[in-house]
Amino acid sequence: MAETGATASRNRRTLILLLAPLTILLGVFFLIPLGIMVVYSFLEPGLYGGVEWNWYPYNYGRLIGWPLNDYEVFDPIYLKIFLNSLQIALMTVAGTLLLSYPAAFWVASMKGPRKSLVLFLVALPFFANMLVRIYAWLLLLRPTGFLSTLLESTGLIIEPLDLLFTNFSVIVGMVYVLTPFMFLPIYANVEKLDYSLVRASRDLGATNVQTLWRIILPLTAPGIIGGSVIVFIPALGNFIVPSLLGGSKVQMTGNLIERSFLQSRDWPFGAALALLIMAFVVVLFSLQFSRQSKSEGQGTR
Amino acid sequence: MDGFLQIRSATKMYRTPEGGSIRALDDVTLHIRSNELISLLGPSGCGKTTLLKCIAGFEDLDHGDITLTGQSLTRIPAHRRPFNTVFQNYALFPHLTVERNVAYGLDVAHVERKERTRRVGEALEQVGLAGFGARMPNQLSGGQQQRVAVARSLVLKPKVLLLDEPLSALDRKMRESMQIELKSLQHSVGITFIFVTHDQEEALSMSDRVAVLASGKVQQLASPKEIYDEPQNEFVANFVGTSNIFKGKVIAKEGRTLTLKTANGRELAVASDRFGVGDDACAVLRPEHLKLSGEARDRAIKGTVTQSVFVGSEMHLHVDVGLGRTAVVRHRHNKGSTEAAYGPGADVTLYYTPEAAHVIECKGA
Repeated sequence: MAETGATASRNRRTLILLLAPLTILLGVFFLIPLGIMVVYSFLEPGLYGGVEWNWYPYNYGRLIGWPLNDYEVFDPIYLKIFLNSLQIALMTVAGTLLLSYPAAFWVASMKGPRKSLVLFLVALPFFANMLVRIYAWLLLLRPTGFLSTLLESTGLIIEPLDLLFTNFSVIVGMVYVLTPFMFLPIYANVEKLDYSLVRASRDLGATNVQTLWRIILPLTAPGIIGGSVIVFIPALGNFIVPSLLGGSKVQMTGNLIERSFLQSRDWPFGAALALLIMAFVVVLFSLQFSRQSKSEGQGTR
Repeated sequence: MDGFLQIRSATKMYRTPEGGSIRALDDVTLHIRSNELISLLGPSGCGKTTLLKCIAGFEDLDHGDITLTGQSLTRIPAHRRPFNTVFQNYALFPHLTVERNVAYGLDVAHVERKERTRRVGEALEQVGLAGFGARMPNQLSGGQQQRVAVARSLVLKPKVLLLDEPLSALDRKMRESMQIELKSLQHSVGITFIFVTHDQEEALSMSDRVAVLASGKVQQLASPKEIYDEPQNEFVANFVGTSNIFKGKVIAKEGRTLTLKTANGRELAVASDRFGVGDDACAVLRPEHLKLSGEARDRAIKGTVTQSVFVGSEMHLHVDVGLGRTAVVRHRHNKGSTEAAYGPGADVTLYYTPEAAHVIECKGA
């Protein structure tokens, strides 16, 4: 008995030692800054950046559009931007999903070296600088760019097409950057899909569409949900794509945060914006987790 | 001729990765009767699973035709054929309860709810799983999953139930009880079961008829007893049960009794209606037909034991009888008797009756 106790305490010590580096890293470089952010979001912005240590809940008021002085009226501009960001992020999820889902089945059906090559190609864009890759879309989408010229030469359009600086161009850029994050979880799920289940479904009289809805989609749902979450979160907070491909016409919350910190030097407001995104994501996540644990509970009941 | 399910000169080729092609099915003709349990028996790669897939509609034939009561199935896709399959790994839908699994075929056919519930209940009862409806497949044992798979197919009242090595994943005891259960289920539902297996004992014990397949061809189609007692060729004799096969030339014929002379000059008396003097022939003697003690009318072969294997109820003696192959003999031993007499090196005399031998043509004798 005493011996097992000693073993247990030794195991415990090993576990603590193993977890210590990560815990310290996250504590120092994530939790503490997060705490600072929360505190700052309730402080008054300093005149030249930084903060004044005064209780100042108006950052949140401003966020929802509350007028700060007599010259302003209620104007939920920041919420509108947030909603637009949300819309762009959701469209990005939809776009990456539409591209990745069929592709995952296609790749999963491949064999041997071909498959390895394709999976390598999926990861390949990570090797090139994101700025460069997004800048390339700028050249493709602008009125004198490749796409417009091509369409003009085929006679489909008469005037040059200006696709840049629209929600569309931002979504295109986001989908382009984030597709691998959608593809890989779905692929991992599709890869282990037991094809005999599809055959069983056909055998029991289901059409292809019925098989897709009743068997394939439910069984690959974990991959779809996982991919959607890890595409949605960076899409919502992204500021590089909207600032390059959205210009000044498309604002996302990410740009607002960037500008608050770097240009208008309003740290408290930037912190409040960042916390808004974070709170949104955390709520979303906890909903997903509770749903997941509920369905798993059903499985083992 | 009962023209229930007819397979006529079915041929199916597969391309190998090297660019060649393999005949998985080579001119297979089979007539399957209604309400019978027929086994497709053969080693792996013999084409039995391919044949099953072609019947189910998962694969198309390159040549030939499959008809059900006279109607060709060629253009009917899998999901519209009145057949259902029990898969080797059961292929139960892991995200659905037992009840939803069994109801699946009725769901996709939009069967009305009341009737669906009734039929699902019936099917679960049939396989002895009433009350298991709310479980998930991963909460069931292998045997129970097997039953769910059977129920899921039977609930659709198919004309033919196809079973693709359904028992191979179960342990021996479970397998034996499922064999009996499937057989009695087939009797009670009264539909044709086509049962694919590589286990000859399983095929013999369950089937009304057995089709032995090898290299894409039907080697023999007959009742289990006939397959065992009168194998049509060397392959069947070897694959089904244990056989002692002695090759030779007929040198004398007297009534039904032939004298077979083997390559190394020994003579063997066997009984057969076929064959004449000068023909090549193979004598098949089952181990149980060779005895260590005999009566006056029995023929005797002398030999030396090379190996003796204790398997519980009996001893398997491998005896070198100087006929080119060692003969296997089954000796039922009595508790307490001295078995040393049959150890390696012991000289023994084997007795058999010429009538017990089955004579077949030899390929390239």
